[in-house]
Amino acid sequence: MTRPELLKIEGISKSYPGVRANDDVSFAVGEGEVHALLGENGAGKSTLVKMIYGLVRPDEGKMTFRGAPYTPGKPGEARASGVAMVFQHFSLFEALNVAENVALGMENPPPMRELAARIRAVSEEYGLPLDPARMVGDLSAGERQRVEIIRCLLQDPKLLIMDEPTSVLTPQEVEILFRTLRQLSAEGTAILYISHKLEEIRSLCDEATILRRGKVVATCTPREKTARELAEMMVGATLSPPERHPGEKGEVVLGVTDLSANSPIPFGTSLKGVSFTVARGEVLGIAGVAGNGQDELLLALSGELRTGADKVRIGGHAAGDLGPADRRKAGLVAAPEDRYGHAAAPDMSLIENAFLTGALRRGLTRNGFIDWAATRTFAEEVIASYDVRTPGSHVAARALSGGNLQKFLIGRELDQSPEVIVINQPTWGVDAAAAAAIRQAILNRAAEGAGVVVISQDLDELLEIADQFAVLNEGRLTKPRPVQGLTIDEIGLMMGGAHGMEVAHHV
Amino acid sequence: MEFGGINPVILIASLMVAAVPIMLAALGELVVEKSGVLNLGVEGMMIVGAICGFITAVQTGSPVMGFLGGAVGGAALSLVFAFLTQVLLANQVATGLALTLFGLGFASLMGQGYNGIKPPPTLSVPMGPLADIPALGPILFDHDWMVYMSIALVAVVWWVLKATRLGLIIRAVGESHEAAHALGYKVNRIRLGCIAFGGAMAGLGGAYVSLVRVPQWVDGITAGAGWIALAIVVFASWRPWRVLIGAYLFGGITVLQLNLQAAGSAIPVEYLSMSPYLITILVLVIMSSGRGRAALNAPASLGQNFHAAR
Repeated sequence: MTRPELLKIEGISKSYPGVRANDDVSFAVGEGEVHALLGENGAGKSTLVKMIYGLVRPDEGKMTFRGAPYTPGKPGEARASGVAMVFQHFSLFEALNVAENVALGMENPPPMRELAARIRAVSEEYGLPLDPARMVGDLSAGERQRVEIIRCLLQDPKLLIMDEPTSVLTPQEVEILFRTLRQLSAEGTAILYISHKLEEIRSLCDEATILRRGKVVATCTPREKTARELAEMMVGATLSPPERHPGEKGEVVLGVTDLSANSPIPFGTSLKGVSFTVARGEVLGIAGVAGNGQDELLLALSGELRTGADKVRIGGHAAGDLGPADRRKAGLVAAPEDRYGHAAAPDMSLIENAFLTGALRRGLTRNGFIDWAATRTFAEEVIASYDVRTPGSHVAARALSGGNLQKFLIGRELDQSPEVIVINQPTWGVDAAAAAAIRQAILNRAAEGAGVVVISQDLDELLEIADQFAVLNEGRLTKPRPVQGLTIDEIGLMMGGAHGMEVAHHV
Repeated sequence: MEFGGINPVILIASLMVAAVPIMLAALGELVVEKSGVLNLGVEGMMIVGAICGFITAVQTGSPVMGFLGGAVGGAALSLVFAFLTQVLLANQVATGLALTLFGLGFASLMGQGYNGIKPPPTLSVPMGPLADIPALGPILFDHDWMVYMSIALVAVVWWVLKATRLGLIIRAVGESHEAAHALGYKVNRIRLGCIAFGGAMAGLGGAYVSLVRVPQWVDGITAGAGWIALAIVVFASWRPWRVLIGAYLFGGITVLQLNLQAAGSAIPVEYLSMSPYLITILVLVIMSSGRGRAALNAPASLGQNFHAAR
């Protein structure tokens, strides 16, 4: 099947200080084609689409769109030519309503009342129900994405760019999204689809371009390849899943009973009667779409959010009213999701960051003063054993890439011989090889007798490392179930299906 | 009709005048904060506006030119703040405080030789027989044009923020500068415009103090009105009509304490004159406690600098 060519990219290069983000990239997208851009984090996918969307200018190379030279200077020009983009981290404004958010992404929006009517019309046509008057801060992740998609569709795009659209969706919501995308493709809209979820790409995309370190390393038809082949093209090496040494389950080290807490975060979700236990050597995986109480659960477990003393027990002792330092003393270490600002102090060096949580359990103080020699040794030990790529332990945390900083922060917690480990999003934004290393390290600690709670939105990750599986949905935790024997459909239902949004797709 | 030596009609009429400077300055600061910038230099911009307006009015003999001069002076000083925070990405709190200190000193320098001079008077708008209506006449129809203009400006700012695309963009930039940038809006340029508007409004308020309220030039003439304006923005939870209410409330307290002093109240003068500031503190404490609706309505990017990394 040959399609008329829509977008052609020839020899595009883009450099940032110290990095060559794109190097001589060429590919073409036909009309109505669903084209995948595949690659690890840092492979240059995001930079490439930002150039197509006019946010970044290429250093070299040329683009042709519908037969004419295409050099968008700003997103407005790209939108005017018929290119629309749905962002990976939503470009939405929580305190504004749906219609206002849509209007901000349009060049010449109609008056609000007319716009609201058009939003209703388009959302019904594509089976994406949405109320234009609702505040975006109150919407679920799936609904927020609809706002972005509808914002794009209202401009009748010829090319729709989607940057990792499914990372925040439940399996059922992914199905709805794919139906919409297939409908668009059938109507002649081309879709440039960025993801590293290989099964999705195999089921959705017609063609794929694979990027590694800024270069095109392969093009293929994803349906004709296995997920493993695609992954190996992407990584450029053979991959092996983490090894598990299922040890004996020991006594319960972390018990949470009927934990309820109001969220300290604006637009946050309160925890409602959360209960679970974790035994030594056990990994409890907690799934759920972002914004369903994950951050709050981490705060309540780490001690930043205090509750009744008997709601949280560490090693059998009541700890619900203890602060973070006392919980560390009791053996619980925690690694929050936000690396720049919550897990690490971004402008402080790695040594200082190592001290911040390691001081207590690693004995890095002497008579109330910081033992800098011991702290440096600790930081360098983490750097060496977790393969953190950095010029040295003296550099600021901010200077490290997301994946490298994450390896350092996870290593910092795991090397404190903890009894209980709580981690939110251990491998978010981390490349495949580093993610595998982090998962292996977590499993190793569990094998040594620690109880582990992993909160993650990556279902594959949880299925890979967890023994027990539970879902946070609107602040409530489902009853943990053994991972073995769980199907994806069951998990989707535990996640609340499509959040009450089973949709009448027009047939 | 008097209560304890205070005539309520005169009290209300004079609180409307007393409220004008803080209302204008607070309205300007509201727009600045809606765009995500915290400019603590309101007091400095007000007093520079006061002296610039005073000098222009004395030199040209026209109060209208005086108000214009005040607005230009306030806006010029705010551009210093804009350059430091939006171009050089300096810390907004420290820069704002420095702007106040600098403005106070700079105004004092500019005002050398203008002490004891009377500015050209700003007269009441002639409303004919309307001004003669008992009670309502003095309250509503016997003011200078700036009083009416300040109320009109509240309406304009409210309408622009609520109903226009410009207002939507300002709110969007203050809500999430990252997202606004991703959609292709020039965050720092929009903020720069808002800062200049805020400076002009503060300058206008300052000029009203030196041309109408007092009316003469003395050092430190604004006497903390800029700080009260900052408090009113929070009190109003970033809503223009509530700025009007807040300004009348604080204007009323100021006028009331002056009247109480004049009426020989038994409360010592010092307590009366500190009362507007005490009530400011009290209101801020109440508004910020309990993380209520007020906290939620604050622009999410307030006080954060934006740098387009890539």
